[in-house]
Amino acid sequence: MSSELEAIKDPGVPAHVHRQADLDPKAEKKAERQVAILFALSALGTILFIYSYIWISEDLFIYFPVLGTTNAKQLFLGLGLAFSLFFIGAGAIHWAKTLMPDEEVIAMRHEMRSEDEDRRELVKTAKQGAAAAALGRRSLIKRSLGLSLGLIGLSPLLLLRDLGPLPGKDLEKTSWKSGTRLVTDPGDRPIKPSDLEVGAVAQVLPAIAEGGHRALSDIGKDAVLLIRLRPEEFQLDAERLGMTYQGIIAFSKICSHMGCAVALYEQQTKHLLCPCHQSTFDVTRAAKVIFGPAARPLPQLAITVDSEGYLIAQKPFSEPVGPSYWERNSQ
Amino acid sequence: MTARERITGSVANYVDERTGAAAWMKKNLNKVFPDHWSFLLGEIALYSFIILLLSGTFLTFWFDPSQREVIYDGDYQPLSGLKMSAAYASTLHISFEVRGGLLMRQIHHWAALLFMVAIVVHLLRVYFTGAFRKPREFNWIIGVGLLTLGIVEGFLGYSLPDDLLSGTGIRIAEAIIQALPVVGSYIAFFAFGGAFPGEAFIPRIFTVHVLLLPGIFLALITVHLMLVWYQKHTQYPGPGRTEKNVVGYPLFPVYMAKAGGFFFIVFGVIAFLSAVASINPIWLYGPYTPGQISAGSQPDWYMGWLDGLVRMAPPLETHAFGHTISWNILIPGLILPGIMFTGLALYPFIEAWISGDKREHHILDRPRNVPNRTALGAMALTFTIVALLNGGNDIIATTFNLTINQMMWFSRIGILVLPPIAFVVTKRLCLSLQRADRDLVLHGRETGTLVRMPRGEFVEIHEPISAQKAWTLTQHEQPVPLELPATDARGLKRPGAIKNKLRNRMSRAHAVAVPKVSAADLKEIEHH
Amino acid sequence: MKYLSRYRRHKAVAPLLLMFALFAIGTTFSVASATTTPSQSAFARSVAIDEGRQLFLKGCSSCHGLNAEGGAIAPSLIGVGAASVDFQVGTGRMPMADMSTQAMRKKPVYDEKEVAALAEYVASLAPGPAIPTDELLNYERDGSTAEGGELFRTNCAMCHNFAAQGGALTQGKYAPTLMGVEPKHIYEALITGPQSMPVFSDKTLTPAEKLSIIKWIKAAEAEPALGGASLGRVGPVTEGLLIWTLGIGLLIGVAVWLAMKAR
Repeated sequence: MSSELEAIKDPGVPAHVHRQADLDPKAEKKAERQVAILFALSALGTILFIYSYIWISEDLFIYFPVLGTTNAKQLFLGLGLAFSLFFIGAGAIHWAKTLMPDEEVIAMRHEMRSEDEDRRELVKTAKQGAAAAALGRRSLIKRSLGLSLGLIGLSPLLLLRDLGPLPGKDLEKTSWKSGTRLVTDPGDRPIKPSDLEVGAVAQVLPAIAEGGHRALSDIGKDAVLLIRLRPEEFQLDAERLGMTYQGIIAFSKICSHMGCAVALYEQQTKHLLCPCHQSTFDVTRAAKVIFGPAARPLPQLAITVDSEGYLIAQKPFSEPVGPSYWERNSQ
Repeated sequence: MTARERITGSVANYVDERTGAAAWMKKNLNKVFPDHWSFLLGEIALYSFIILLLSGTFLTFWFDPSQREVIYDGDYQPLSGLKMSAAYASTLHISFEVRGGLLMRQIHHWAALLFMVAIVVHLLRVYFTGAFRKPREFNWIIGVGLLTLGIVEGFLGYSLPDDLLSGTGIRIAEAIIQALPVVGSYIAFFAFGGAFPGEAFIPRIFTVHVLLLPGIFLALITVHLMLVWYQKHTQYPGPGRTEKNVVGYPLFPVYMAKAGGFFFIVFGVIAFLSAVASINPIWLYGPYTPGQISAGSQPDWYMGWLDGLVRMAPPLETHAFGHTISWNILIPGLILPGIMFTGLALYPFIEAWISGDKREHHILDRPRNVPNRTALGAMALTFTIVALLNGGNDIIATTFNLTINQMMWFSRIGILVLPPIAFVVTKRLCLSLQRADRDLVLHGRETGTLVRMPRGEFVEIHEPISAQKAWTLTQHEQPVPLELPATDARGLKRPGAIKNKLRNRMSRAHAVAVPKVSAADLKEIEHH
Repeated sequence: MKYLSRYRRHKAVAPLLLMFALFAIGTTFSVASATTTPSQSAFARSVAIDEGRQLFLKGCSSCHGLNAEGGAIAPSLIGVGAASVDFQVGTGRMPMADMSTQAMRKKPVYDEKEVAALAEYVASLAPGPAIPTDELLNYERDGSTAEGGELFRTNCAMCHNFAAQGGALTQGKYAPTLMGVEPKHIYEALITGPQSMPVFSDKTLTPAEKLSIIKWIKAAEAEPALGGASLGRVGPVTEGLLIWTLGIGLLIGVAVWLAMKAR
């Protein structure tokens, strides 16, 4: 289109306009002083930094508008460092702007492409080299080299094997067994149904043997949330209802989406919300997903009481807890 | 010759006789750099990286990358006596017992956030001005690589202290790994040395965070800068600036002083932020345990868009033949980001294919003069911003009295509807701006001075714009659409005819423009 | 004994026994309450109950019903206990200003004496959780900050956030900030489970543990800014906002100055 039309002419780089500091010695002196002041401010910043490091007490708190009551040592150390750095920079830039030459310079560019002759030379050299190595003819060497290079990549891969054990059935297992007592987290106290009023929740873990150790990877699968409703509020089938005890229902606290702790229980709506991605589960309908990205309900733990009246698990979880994975049979 | 000159001379001689550096230095001390504030955005990223290396090294002197369980007995009373990992305890030690330790931790974290901000802003500048065009495509790809690695590196750093927030982040990362079809649970078990969280992960990511990735960063940044050096910097259009020259200030002394000074400015600003604003107060989060969580658990901003995408994903899983595929994780967590980053990396080649332009470009585009590219950028940006907003939807909801459900539905619909709207609006805006440029060149600047004509009517005086300005507004080339034939000379359908048709159509869309003013147009106006 | 056993099968026995049992429970309860508040005589109580009833009829009955039996828009208050009333009315949540999603904390409408009277009245309807006494609420003495923090993170942080700043629930409901809430009200919320909040029973979260939580919240509230402005203590969102505004803004400002030609 308009590329064929005659374009407006390039007037060229505009004439240089001199700065005040170039023309007026007084302005030059002034700029010099300004630069010196900026550098001096930086020095003061360093002094503030040193002073704060050595003499300001860690326990001194001062009130500062906007920041509130804040730690004096941290604040003045930081401000000292900030000033010492910032003003060196400001001084250098001001110096460059006001006193160093500011006439624009024009340099020419070269095309990235190499000269034709260089290219021809390169092709020739490459061809000569290839001919000398006779790669094209020696297909046996070529193929065997290809094979060995391909295989050599396996060694480092193989070396990574001992990074960890194979998953096996580990993702399907938790510490919950038939008869495991539910104990409070933290506190490790067993719970009786009467301990929970309607509307109450409790964070629970499986009881461990005296002196036993509870690893974080166990908590990561075992954490359970206990909720007490009025039994008539449940909308469960007989099987699911049988997994509750006097209105007390237990769910895995590990989100079926990405494994965050789902413990945000709304007593009035009977909804459970995961604060990570906002999947919402309906407790009255066996933690059915009613909003958000989770695709599966939270696994429900079947509970009952033992001879002493404490809450126990009827049986292990009937499905793996936590996020999905390829081998998970979710049907 | 003064004594100082003599000493300098002999040192220089000593070095040159061994390296031959003089010839190279001679050429490069006079290297010309064009001056523009937007050319400093990449420098902010570079300087943040240096600050990260310095502050990070300081932190490693005390940080203990171990998930071994310890009982805390340090200065911070609200946690004393609690079980926690050595990593968390040592981070508390840096914060409360090492003088200036908290300051350095905050410098490290603020610098990391700034690093990512600067990379993104720099990328936007390069994109919208077309600086990625030939011969700079490689540098664009390196830049996209640095962005991607930066996200990973930042996430690993955020994970190291093993506090409640970062542990939650690792938990989510583990779920993404676990969702990979076929190999997911294996890779997860290898990465964590067994079931999540185990005791192996933090020591491992520590090595990656402080050694492997910084090494790759250094290598990529070096190549990135060498290419900038070798290819010479692009420049904005203006009088006297051509594809064959570069107008600016010499490296020594002006640019060196400015760039060197700017490093201190960046460091100073980060130190200032670290003095006045708390970041990642891990002592408030508490030690990580899988049974706990905090409301409003968020990643740092550069991961926020990913979290936002995951939050808005529909609850889709495939359950078949004893296997589970979590589309609700795979699509927002891996597939979409994969498409986004691949598209970003390939964009220079896609645009060159559409425009058919194979020439070198050193003069930057004004974004309005390439409406299609600008609109596409606005579209991608809108997509990412909607995702990012959804990543903080709970905080936004409580701050502005909205509900998270409203926010979520806004995002779910908005992420599909708003980007195309952004495309259309931006394209029209660009064309309007082109038209405004045209008017400005033809009729001059409105002075705001009204003159009453003899007949009583008012006329505003227009002042012609300077020749420099007129050149700046009209120097650009207007793209010509490709017209690839669908048939060959004998009237037969060519192979790839459909491809050519598609390419023609995209090329036409790419070339939409308001005709710029030519010299002839101006002459015509003058005759009036 | 024969005299009694003769009437064993009398049809009035069951109701009589029930009444006796209720009376026994009632007296035990009031005696128990009386032991904790010995200064209050039965007479003063009945005056307070009466006063509370008057206040209730004027201010609350339109929603909660003339006898606090509840209505279409408000729950029954029979058996919610004095603690519930003290929490809801004492924090200004009740009476509700409007029928929005959730009653919010505001300046209380009733003064302390009136709140006490209302609480007495509702408590007189049926037994329920009592207002914790000052003696019980000695969290400085009986609580442990660190343990409270751990309990808080397990039981409370998922809704109220790691620093008790509050957070979002579903459909516009929210867990409020706990900053500036009286210890008594925190305790009452834990035992009564107001609105969306669940109940935390004394057996699963013992009174001592509740006090620890309160002590930790008070410590978090009093904790000065250790690393500079706290940015709301809501995590990385505000940090991201600050770096995208002040952080990059300052630097672009300097960059513009740097590239500007000096005059």
